Amino acid sequence: MIEFSVNGVRQSVDVEPDTPLLWVVREQLGLTGTKFGCGIAQCGACTIHLNGNPVRSCVLPVSAAAGGEILTIEGLAQNGELHPVQQAWIDHQVPQCGYCQSGQIMSAVALLERNPAPDDAAINEAMDGNLCRCGMYGRIRKAIKSVAGVSHFDPAVDAVREEVQHG
Amino acid sequence: MGKWTRRGVITAGVVAGGALVVGVAIRPGNRAQKLAPLVTEGNETLVSAWVKIDPSNHVTAIIPHSEMGQGAQTALTQMLADELDARWDDVSFIEAPAHDEYANYMLGKGFLLGPAEVPEVLVGTLDGAFMQIAKAMHLQITGGSLSVRATGQYGMRLAGAAAREMLMDAAAESWSVPRAELATREGLIRHEASGREAPYAEFAAAAGRMAPPYTPQLKQPEEFRIMGRSVPRHDIPAKVDGTAVFGIDADVPGAKIAAIKAAPVFGAQLSSVDDSAARSMPGVVDVVQLEDAVAVVADGYWQAKNALEAVQVGWTKPAQQGVSQAQIFEQFDRDMAQAVADGNEKQDVSLGDVNLGYAEAATMVEATYRVPYLAHACMEPMNATVAIEDGNCQVWIGSQNPLGTRYSIAEALGLDADNVTVHNHVMGGGFGRRATDDAAVQAALIAQAVGQPVKLIWSREEDVRHDHYRPAITSRFKAALDANGVPLAWENQYVDKHEPAEAPHIPYGIANQHIHYADSPTHVPFGAWRSVDHSQHGFFTESFVDELANAAGKDGYEFRRALLADAPRHRNVLETAAEKAGWGSTLAEGQGRGISLQESFGSIVAQVVDVTVVDGSVSVDRVVCAVDPGMAVTPDGLAAQMESGIIFGLTAALHGDIQIDAGAVVQSNFHDYPMVRMSDAPEIEVEIINSGNPMGGAGEPGTPGIGPALTNAIFAATGTRIRQLPVSQYDLTFSVNEAEEVI
Repeated sequence: MIEFSVNGVRQSVDVEPDTPLLWVVREQLGLTGTKFGCGIAQCGACTIHLNGNPVRSCVLPVSAAAGGEILTIEGLAQNGELHPVQQAWIDHQVPQCGYCQSGQIMSAVALLERNPAPDDAAINEAMDGNLCRCGMYGRIRKAIKSVAGVSHFDPAVDAVREEVQHG
Repeated sequence: MGKWTRRGVITAGVVAGGALVVGVAIRPGNRAQKLAPLVTEGNETLVSAWVKIDPSNHVTAIIPHSEMGQGAQTALTQMLADELDARWDDVSFIEAPAHDEYANYMLGKGFLLGPAEVPEVLVGTLDGAFMQIAKAMHLQITGGSLSVRATGQYGMRLAGAAAREMLMDAAAESWSVPRAELATREGLIRHEASGREAPYAEFAAAAGRMAPPYTPQLKQPEEFRIMGRSVPRHDIPAKVDGTAVFGIDADVPGAKIAAIKAAPVFGAQLSSVDDSAARSMPGVVDVVQLEDAVAVVADGYWQAKNALEAVQVGWTKPAQQGVSQAQIFEQFDRDMAQAVADGNEKQDVSLGDVNLGYAEAATMVEATYRVPYLAHACMEPMNATVAIEDGNCQVWIGSQNPLGTRYSIAEALGLDADNVTVHNHVMGGGFGRRATDDAAVQAALIAQAVGQPVKLIWSREEDVRHDHYRPAITSRFKAALDANGVPLAWENQYVDKHEPAEAPHIPYGIANQHIHYADSPTHVPFGAWRSVDHSQHGFFTESFVDELANAAGKDGYEFRRALLADAPRHRNVLETAAEKAGWGSTLAEGQGRGISLQESFGSIVAQVVDVTVVDGSVSVDRVVCAVDPGMAVTPDGLAAQMESGIIFGLTAALHGDIQIDAGAVVQSNFHDYPMVRMSDAPEIEVEIINSGNPMGGAGEPGTPGIGPALTNAIFAATGTRIRQLPVSQYDLTFSVNEAEEVI
């Protein structure tokens, strides 16, 4: 049994330890928002966060995630409210086919958590591993820039939100 | 009472262009009772097959096209809602199931006739005939950039307008007032004189019994309230939170996972299989042999994939296993020369007499162009899930052709098509690839063999090596210029003509033209690839026009413009792109600017590309795209399609190269079949021209022009003329200082 946490929920799975995390997340846990694109870490469709870092789950053995904290696209919204990056994706009408967008969003969120106001070079570096066959790179760039400096997980913001919701 | 007979419906469609042909009201005994499940609640009424109005006045559009990111479903809904005069917030859509009633007869017509003008008097007969052909061919295809201009113009708008008139007829009858005194607004019918007002829903049932209007009145463009607005796409929210269900995500209870390997050489078949090691591996359920492939079925994909690698497979050795890419291009040259020698080349365009032009030539220009095979490489690898139980087959897939898939699977399994149900899903990219049903048929055969539900997932390697490729083509040109640099003759010979028929044609006023081709079939499977033949010929013709401009000592933009005196719409698009891009302004050292003009799928697109070439490395700085689609239903959606088509074509021009060696595809995944990434992606500016001409397509017309605009820019920057794609195979580390030598 290998144990880890996914989107804040403890999970334990019984699979061969070399199984890529991607297939565990999709097949064992039923979280199909994370996508299979290439299987060799070339396209980024499978990007998730492991302990806060963006990783290509198609090549990461599940054993490497033991005891770790995993965040997938399904865990990004909080209290029913979209993450600002997700909202920016809607505002800029980024997705076309949408298949790569879970991975794009996870890469963008990881970038913004480290660098709240990334310039073009930083965006290129962080996003170059994520292919978009529909070619929506220009919209992705604009969407990332539009949420520069916005932090969804700021505890202070969350506390205020909590007060508003519960009076 | 209504006259929703089959004949009556087709007749109604005839006069107005054909939309209501597949729109049939629910009535006992009508074959269209298959549509009944779409009316899920007992108190809902189906007014026509393309629109449903429920008691809360909510409008559902039923869309006979699948979604692959092109936004067509939202645009089609806009068209229907506008003519219906519905309140946009009360409108949603569902995708029509794969039934003959939704057969896309306009696509059949487009394929068979091209854009040929049909005399008005024949339109009805032709449309009726093509409806039958489309049904016979089971065409419910999303492709050909036809959703908006065919289904939308002839289907959704008419359905919306007809429904509105029927609702008004019902209201007039109910209130005993003349219909002329009624008006509609935002889903309400109002009688001004009496002040009475009621929602559509109140008359839906009565309207369902009305005869459909013979010629429903469509709005004039100035009356549009919803068309022409950039409304947010309905499918986007589910694509940012992981809830969109693609075919690969289908959750079918008990389904096992299959991985597959097909014969590397196209046409080879299984000759021997040793699966003893694979069968003992963890999670393996079965190993299935198809004629030309072997599949492993297991509990999970990783197990299936690993076990598949442990299967020892022998393949037959057909003659084509010796074929290389170089041999294919040699074959093209040979067949083209032979066709001319034998005098049996096939005619495409013959205008004037090119020999007269040659006789008066001051300058002759000749060039040969080549493009390679290309894979689609949709982000979502091919997949299909199939469950067969008690002679009934269910299929979960994302398909551009769900109806065709239904019939293919029925045939493969020996079932009646009525016993096959296709659950269509959003597609992780289509681009023409998902109009073919190879993976679906494989999944059906595997599910049948193992006797339990199976989800087949192709590896990326399988996807790259077993596509239906954009064909490789060779195209040869010869042209004559007079002493003033005016073209006198244009001759073009190429191999293999597919669709659309007009792809090799040019809009320029050249009096003597001879365009002809030779067949040169290869063993490599081919299929529709975004913009189809325009993807090759756009590069060929717009590059060679640039060569002519250069040989004439003229500016590429001015040279084209001067040849468009009789094509004002094209000229306007060209001028708009040039003006917006600042054509003629001075560029920095190492920079170059190129232009292209291409009409495809009823839309005209001009592109201006700025490049910088430093130390042989090309960076695409800026793309300006002017597009005249007649009218943009969703301007932001059209712009997004242009951006998308441009990046798709840019990937092909810069990197795209599927090579054949020993009869098989060499490339396998994104490391050796690279794509444009974020850091390579240029800034793209889209200028939309609503000319009021008949609506053109959106999904494909952005793709053909980027390649030649790019290579023309590279020529401007370096003096190197790119005559064979991709650009990546050229050494651009030096600059040719003089204009290229003219042969």
